[in-house]
Amino acid sequence: MKMNRRSFIGTVTAATATLSAPMVMGSGKPRVVIVGGGAGGATAARYIAKDSKGGIEVTLIEPSRAYYTCFFSNLYIGGLRDINSISHSYGTLATNGVNVVHDWAIGVDRAAKTVSLAGGGTVPYDKLILSPGIDFVEGAVEGWDTSAQNAMPHAYKAGSQTELLKAQIMAMPQGGTFAMVAPPNPFRCPPGPYERVSMVAHLLKANNATAKIIVADPKPKFSKMSLFQEGWAEHYEGMIDWIGEDFGGGNVSVDPAAMTVTIDGEVTKVDACNVIPAMKAGHIAHLAGVTDGNWAPVNSADMSTKADPDVYVLGDSSQQGDMPKSGFSANSQAKVCANAVRGALTGSKVFPAKFSNTCWSLIEINDGVKVGATYQATPEKIAKVDGFISKAGETAEVRKATYEESVGWYTGITADMFG
Amino acid sequence: MIFRMFLPITFASTIAASVVFGEGLGDAGKGTKIFSKCKSCHRIGNGAINRVGPHLNGIFGRKAGTIVGFAYSKSMVRAGVDGLVWTAETLDAYLENPKSLVSKTRMNFRGLKNPQARADLLAFLRGYSDEPINIPEAEPTATKTDLKIDPAILTIKGDPEYGEYLSGECKTCHQSGGEDDGIPAITKWPEEDFAIAMHAYKQKLRQHPVMQMMAGRLSDEEIAALAAYFKDHE
Repeated sequence: MKMNRRSFIGTVTAATATLSAPMVMGSGKPRVVIVGGGAGGATAARYIAKDSKGGIEVTLIEPSRAYYTCFFSNLYIGGLRDINSISHSYGTLATNGVNVVHDWAIGVDRAAKTVSLAGGGTVPYDKLILSPGIDFVEGAVEGWDTSAQNAMPHAYKAGSQTELLKAQIMAMPQGGTFAMVAPPNPFRCPPGPYERVSMVAHLLKANNATAKIIVADPKPKFSKMSLFQEGWAEHYEGMIDWIGEDFGGGNVSVDPAAMTVTIDGEVTKVDACNVIPAMKAGHIAHLAGVTDGNWAPVNSADMSTKADPDVYVLGDSSQQGDMPKSGFSANSQAKVCANAVRGALTGSKVFPAKFSNTCWSLIEINDGVKVGATYQATPEKIAKVDGFISKAGETAEVRKATYEESVGWYTGITADMFG
Repeated sequence: MIFRMFLPITFASTIAASVVFGEGLGDAGKGTKIFSKCKSCHRIGNGAINRVGPHLNGIFGRKAGTIVGFAYSKSMVRAGVDGLVWTAETLDAYLENPKSLVSKTRMNFRGLKNPQARADLLAFLRGYSDEPINIPEAEPTATKTDLKIDPAILTIKGDPEYGEYLSGECKTCHQSGGEDDGIPAITKWPEEDFAIAMHAYKQKLRQHPVMQMMAGRLSDEEIAALAAYFKDHE
């Protein structure tokens, strides 16, 4: 099985694809086509439709009808959220001037300026925005490919994979072992694997207090490392064994049939295993021919690709410089891109690019931490301007306020994406 | 609008205030009379208890929103958690325009616009804090970070179209519908309050790392543009 974005909803989208044939074009208005309805694509669609006030025909191609945010999916694993609370529909976008086409984009003809759909037909564009998230690098973890994703879920595209991983953790025998194979840089959501470790530990502490967590990590350090390690020692003492690069964490293979993980030659039998492989740009970016290696290089002023001024890439798939791959970043980039695309098509005023990002992570209930930065467009890349990070040893009330702030942010950004 | 009428005075006074601090806190005797404006809600002195507002003994050096048993607004508690401590400088800003420093404070007081009156009141309050002799006449930060809001900056007419574009950055966290759900609402503020609040973050008088960072790179024109946009935001 070939891995692609949200493969788990394949049956749903196959059934709906034929119902959602491409819109009839020909209004004479400029046409923007957006592929991928996550933090980048949904935001871009919403802002272009909203700000052009009907002056631009906006089509969003997104196979799934329910979008599960990757951000906050760890809180579902920890039992702090139910799965429905991270699910969002495209209904509001569809009633606010966005043609939402539930289908797979399977090709881009940049000469003809069309996108072809799995359900048949093509959609013409004047400007194309690709925001397809991530795919996994084949062969990145020895012994694992996407056919093994049911035995050892990645759960790095939220939805049924997340539910599967949680079910497997809940089914672990008392005193059992959970293993995570962490990804190399760069990858989606730098603190994500470590927030996940925290939430798994939280879940196990309540249900399976003698269980163990092993993390095999090819990196020598990770995002907010000292904050996570401080929190793990405080809340989950003795439960988490993080094996970094120095101790062979990068020398790892898995056997999904036998449920074993081999780290630096040592074989461990595990009861649940989360494999998060190395990542690359979503498949359609490669098909469109705008990638160079694993990612799509873009111009920092407007997110247009280096390969084609009429094709833009947002979020995780883009190679833009200093911003982390996060939903917040994608949302921020989308607004800069929307402003530029609207200006190019309708002559509306184009304002200078400003980018920002904040990543909140939850270590334990009411123990939230954050890291953030602002960025500007330079000729070379999107460059960091200023930043901050939570401090070690903050009071419980600061950490609680940080967590509450993250909850507010979740409501804010999802409203900003989906209306 | 009364608020607008007061504005030019407000900003002129902001600048004057730092000068006053440089020379001392003012006349505590005169402050006693000014305190009558506060007395309906606040008690101070021996055995003072919380009334509509918290008692004011020991206010200098106290973290905002931290008297146990007093029902503060969420805004005030959050300001304290974010690091707001009552000093000559922060009290002066708060007394001048409470809502510009703590957005949804329950303190229903329009503000004391006269800088000398505030200095006198602070001198009076200072007498009821522990070891007042140890409270510096001017906080080191007050002289170092003199509020340098040129009144001209606050008369800049913001471009709401630019504000709308810039607001995209705010709306990633602050809900455009105006709900306060862990992150405060920022819509429909009076333009001046909005601008003062942003300048206070920019000058690190308001304490929140994200907001200090975001405001820190906004130009005066951009703050005015945002204020102009959010004023009417539906």
